[in-house]
This record gives sequence, C-alpha cells and structure tokens, in this order.
Amino acid sequence: MATHAVEAVDLVKTYPAGRKNPPLRALDGLTVSVGEGVVLGLLGPNGAGKSTTVKILTTLSRADSGSALVAGYDVNRAPDQVRRSIGYVPQKSSSDPMATGLENLVLSGRIFGLSRQESLQRARELLERFGLGEHGSRPVKTYSGGMQRKLDVALGLVHRPKVLFLDEPTTGLDPEARADLWNEVVRMSGQEGLTVLLTTHYLEEADRLAGQLAIVDHGRIVAEGTPEALKASLRGDSVHVELVDPDIDGSVRVLLGQLAGIDEIVVEGNTLRARVDRGATAVPAVLGALEDMAIPVVAVTVSRPSLDDVYLQHTGRSFRVAEEAA
Amino acid sequence: MIAHTGLIFGRWTRASYRQPALIAFTLVQPAIWLLLFGQLFQGVVDIPGFGDSSYIAFLTPGIVMMTALMTSGWSGTSFVQDMERGVMDRMLASPVSRGGLMAGQLLSNATTTLIQTILVFAIGIAAGARYDGGSIGYLVTVVASMLVGTAFGSLSNAVALLTRQQEALIGISQFVSLPLTFMSSIMIDPAVAPHWVNVAARYNPVDWATIAARQALAADPDWSSVSRHCLYLLAFTLIVGWLSTRAFRTYQRSV
Repeated sequence: MATHAVEAVDLVKTYPAGRKNPPLRALDGLTVSVGEGVVLGLLGPNGAGKSTTVKILTTLSRADSGSALVAGYDVNRAPDQVRRSIGYVPQKSSSDPMATGLENLVLSGRIFGLSRQESLQRARELLERFGLGEHGSRPVKTYSGGMQRKLDVALGLVHRPKVLFLDEPTTGLDPEARADLWNEVVRMSGQEGLTVLLTTHYLEEADRLAGQLAIVDHGRIVAEGTPEALKASLRGDSVHVELVDPDIDGSVRVLLGQLAGIDEIVVEGNTLRARVDRGATAVPAVLGALEDMAIPVVAVTVSRPSLDDVYLQHTGRSFRVAEEAA
Repeated sequence: MIAHTGLIFGRWTRASYRQPALIAFTLVQPAIWLLLFGQLFQGVVDIPGFGDSSYIAFLTPGIVMMTALMTSGWSGTSFVQDMERGVMDRMLASPVSRGGLMAGQLLSNATTTLIQTILVFAIGIAAGARYDGGSIGYLVTVVASMLVGTAFGSLSNAVALLTRQQEALIGISQFVSLPLTFMSSIMIDPAVAPHWVNVAARYNPVDWATIAARQALAADPDWSSVSRHCLYLLAFTLIVGWLSTRAFRTYQRSV
C-alpha cells in the first residue's frame, strides 16, 4: 500500500463561539490516511469530529491548520481537482425532493461535465444498480428513507470518483436497507477499486464494512488498524456482569479486583466489565465471589473482545456511554 | 459558469412549475394589491400637485416593482431548504461554479418576475390604465422589474446563506421591503409626499426602477432620466449579485 488516496496530517478545526455555544475544538490534531482501494471506517460517537473531518477532506470546510491530500491533490491549494476526484454523500439526504431520481442524477452528471447523453446513460445504470430502476421518474419526495439514501450514494458515484466519502450512510435505515447498502459498498471497493472513507457510530457497521478502522475521540484518532488486529491487540476475554442494583459504593469493584487474573474493571450503572486471562476459569470465580457477598446478579457473559472493548480500552468509556454523553 | 447557470436555472424552473399552487399565489397577490390600492387611493389624483390624472395608470408600474421586490424577498427560502437537506453541501463539494449556482437560481426568480409583470399590466390595462409610450416603454419596465427581482433575490439568497434560518430570512426580508415600498413613488407622486420621503427615495433602488418605468411609458419620456436610473439599478444589481456569491464562502467557513 505505497500510495494513499487520502492523507490528512494534524488537522485542527475550532468553531467560533456562538450566542449559545462556547468555542468548540472539533478536531485536535487528527491524522489519518487511507490506502487506495481500502474502505476506512471512522468510528466514534456523535461529536467526536468525524463529520468535520469529512467536510475538510471534501473541501466543503477548511481546517485552521494541518494539511490534507485527497487523490493526490491538496484540499487547500487545488480544491477544484479534489472536487472532481471525489464523491460526497453528506449526513443529511442530498437529493432535490422536487426533482425525480433520474433528474437528480442527470443534473449531477452534467455539473461534473458529462454530456446529456452520457449523464442519462450513467443515471439509468445507477438507478438499476441500486434497485431504483422503476422509480427513476418519480419525484424524490415520494421515496422512502432507504430509497433516498440509496439515491444519495448513487449521486456520489455519477462521475466515477476515485474516493467516495460516506457520512453516516446508514443512520436511520431499517436493517434490510442497511444490509443492501453494505453489500453495495463492499462490491464497489472490491470490484472497482474505489477508495471509501465512511463515518459511522455503529460498531457493527464498522466491523462488517471497514477493512481499516480509525477510532475517533475528542477530535483525535486514538486507535487504528484492521478490526481484527484491534480486537487481537486486547489479550484474554471480556466478562460482562449485569447486576440487579448499581454498584454505588464501589464495593463490587473492590471485591472483584481482589480476584486473580481479572483487571481493567469498568463499572457503568448496573453493568460491570472486566478483562480476564481466561473466561472459562474467571466466570466461576466471579460468580462465587458475588454469591459469597450475597450480591444479586442478572447475568454474566463471556466473550472474545469486541470493538466495544477496543473502544473502551482506548477511551476509558464504553461506546454507549460516549453516545449518551454526546 | 454559463453551462452551470443553465443547469441550475433548469432545476429551479422545473421545481416551480411543479408547484402550481405557489405560482397561482404569486400571481393572485399582485392582482389583489393593484385592485385594492387602486380603489383605496383613487382620490389622491385630486390632491393639487399630483401629476397624473389616472391613478390606476400611475399605480400599475409601481405595483410591478413592489411585486418584484416582495416576491424576491422569498427567493432565499429555496437556499435554506437546500441547506436543511444536504443538497447545498453536496453542491459546494462539487466543481459547480459558485456564480452559476447563484445566477441560475436568480434567473429562474427573474422569470417569475417577468410573468408577474405581464400579468399586472394586463390587469392594469383591463382596469383602464393607458400609456402613451410605445413598446420600448414596456420593455424598459420589464427589464427594470427583472433587475429589481434579481437584486433583491440575491440579497435574500445572501441573507439565507448567512443566517441559514427560514424565520430570520423572512423577518429580515419583511423588515426591509415595507420601508422600501413606502419610501418611494410607488403609490404617491413625490410632489405631494413629505420632503424627507423624497430624499430617502433618491437612494431607493425600487424607486429608481419605478421612475425609469413611468418615464419610459410617458408620452414624451425624459430618456436621460430613464437611462440614468436604469444604470444605477444595473450597477446595484451587479454589486449585490457579486456580494451574495461571496456569501458562499462565509457559509463554507461556518459548516
């Protein structure tokens, strides 16, 4: 992977204070690169800086400092070349609701310099590919959420970009529409060598879709690698204990901390998570200790490390808690 | 830029003819103004010093400009809708010409103004207005009204890009368009208006358009006044058009 389709170094972006909001440092020295033909997932809770990164890389917004090359062009010095090389699917639906699906695609193609004939042909091809063939001549405002999202992705592909940016592509979609879109993204990167940078706050999506993963927290990348490598970097198994009552005074934590081969205990409300050397021997020990102290338990589960554990490891909080805080 | 202007113009024009209710509304409103004000202020021609003898003939070019102003104040709402969805962001991350993005929408807006102008004249003439000036007089009126529509449409688009809020845009637009309508010769001959109104009107682009139109429609037009006022109007339109295109940058800095 000698060449990089995206190379961002030390991006900093601060939004000035508004009437209601204090100044916000959205990016705090974010560095990330994406190899050609790779699907990179930027994973993080809302407000971590994922969308801001995408906006800077697509030339929509400008970083206060730092530099970025996309498809070999500098986003500040050659924004027009960058724009010609990329497709951008914003977080919000980006089609014109008053126009038909076909009209949306044709207009986009023509803006990128395709002829009327080429645009029409390409538009029909994309409508077919995304299963919208019969709906091409209906106004977009009559489309379902899933259909609109597919059209959004098609709009990002009309001009055959080298790099596709997908900002939260499946947020708000039902599971079936989500799976459809996932398949299409996998196909595009696999067969056509398209580089994809997608942001997501779904752990499952990141796991399924991304060949490379970058975990974003507070405007920085805190961990990077393939999902498998990130998970493999955590030794042992993870144990989740669901208690009947929250561990308010921390006594459960202290109790379990005394057991051998168990560490990194994190308590969040009723759940307690810990890393153990071997799940099979740790579970009886944990249950025995809790029973001795007459602490009621709802459930205990052991699992191989998940991305959630990776996230916890690097940010000190679980993904769910980070999401609620955002 | 010209190709992009054409594409964007096509998009907005198609969208507007798909909303026939909206078209009907933009056409009925000026008709009501013309007939209402025509009746309401009928007597002002009897005030000593009022130049014209037919109020409906005096009023019609004024209502044309007022309509162009009022309708164009809403122009930016289409930009706000684009910003509320991701359409604006997708466009601005594409190689679309910023000038074309602005000009295409304004051209579509000016087409609405053109249709409104023709309709207001049709009603005015049906109600008894007569003009001695020839076809050039009508042409000047049409061009002036389209310039008013374009200038205030681009101001509205700029406000949209800066505020990104429908409520703020409409509030500002109302706040600006009423004084511009009344501090002018749209409804009242300056000869019978207070002095300060005449002073204010001198700096009012809507009044420049009204003066140019009335002069050009008169039996013996003062062509130097017509061309002077048209030039002011053109310069104003170009300046605000350029400024509003710059507003895309301000918007991009804030996203």
